[in-house]
Amino acid sequence: MNSIHDMGGMHGFGAIEPEQDEPVFHHRWQGRVYAMAMYTPVPVPGGFRYMIEKMSARTYLTSSYYEKWLHARTQGMLESGYIQAAELAEKIAWFTANPDAPVPERHDAEATRKALSRKAPAAVAGDSNQTPLFDIGRQVRARNIHPPAHTRLPRYVRGRCCTIDAHLGDWPVDDTPPAGQPHAIEPLYRVRFEARELWGDDAEANNALYIDMWQSYLEPL
Amino acid sequence: MSDTHHHTHSSADAEIRAKALESLLIEKGLISTDLIDEVVRQYEEDIGPLNGARVVARAWTDPDYREWLLRDGTQAIADMGYHGREGSKIVVLENTASVHNLVVCTLCSCYPWPVLGLPPNWYKSYAYRARAVREPRKVLSEFGLILSEDIEVRVWDSNSEVRYLVLPEQPAGTETLSSEQLIALVSRDSMIGVAHANGPV
Repeated sequence: MNSIHDMGGMHGFGAIEPEQDEPVFHHRWQGRVYAMAMYTPVPVPGGFRYMIEKMSARTYLTSSYYEKWLHARTQGMLESGYIQAAELAEKIAWFTANPDAPVPERHDAEATRKALSRKAPAAVAGDSNQTPLFDIGRQVRARNIHPPAHTRLPRYVRGRCCTIDAHLGDWPVDDTPPAGQPHAIEPLYRVRFEARELWGDDAEANNALYIDMWQSYLEPL
Repeated sequence: MSDTHHHTHSSADAEIRAKALESLLIEKGLISTDLIDEVVRQYEEDIGPLNGARVVARAWTDPDYREWLLRDGTQAIADMGYHGREGSKIVVLENTASVHNLVVCTLCSCYPWPVLGLPPNWYKSYAYRARAVREPRKVLSEFGLILSEDIEVRVWDSNSEVRYLVLPEQPAGTETLSSEQLIALVSRDSMIGVAHANGPV
């Protein structure tokens, strides 16, 4: 979707501000949100990232990083029916009135060990039934498409020409599939865009962009 | 703190909402307190850029390992014991005298967790995500890295499940250093591509 998260090339965000000796988490709640987001064994309907991308531009821009994660995890639990809106509102009201109250604890060493030893879900889900159409070195074009849901094809490369740099094997397409269908598996390519193709006369000297493209993102010239 | 630069919601508000969610997940038996504690501990103590620095130092001193790392980063990195979430395929990018690589994720914050841990705020910032692809030399210069125009700058926008780690050039004059001394020269920023490895102290 063409939402605010697709930021490549934009102006207006100011300077980059590195922080010296930055902690992994700035606040205790951020680490706990990270763990809940990654280790609650309930998938976020439509995907974690898409849930964040559906935030309004205003909310996206004014929410900190882990607030977005908190939103995606919470909204995912609501939409999957594991948590009801009323009980969530009740808890928030209670902690608002009792901000120093402890969170209830539940300990389960065996489940913890299992959750941490479980391998992350494999991203490679098998073979595509599509044969690779493009050889290394071939000039192709990123399609000018504007899917309304999740996509990994950023706006700043759409409609631009690139060169196939490598074949990366078959991967599930991360884009939101059509309703009721699984994610397609397609050949994935690494491609190279010359900076002038993307930014015209404003491109910097001797610069290129490398990015990955599923086969359906590309069209022959 | 820079974490608050972009937002107007108060952190206290988020803390309360996080507590409410944690309470419900605990009460419903969906997660345990010790799992949350241990995940936080791992990312605060074990899974960070020191892992990547060990990979880089080994590549600097072992030509066979370097060749393996550049050919199959995932396996060569797993050989050091580093794998897992956000690491199902890791590609290692070699910085040389003529090519400089820089990694960004314009759509969100993709980053090779097993070797670098969780990304710093600047990597996740709107400014870096917006600018790194359009004006990488200017961005690099703001990090103090000014590259001559005969060095090709390659920007890698990590948009798929592939994650990228930069192998910085070994600084001149460090050939006789021990592995531990070399590891200390490899900064997180040099493995993202916004810095060179540090010179000998």
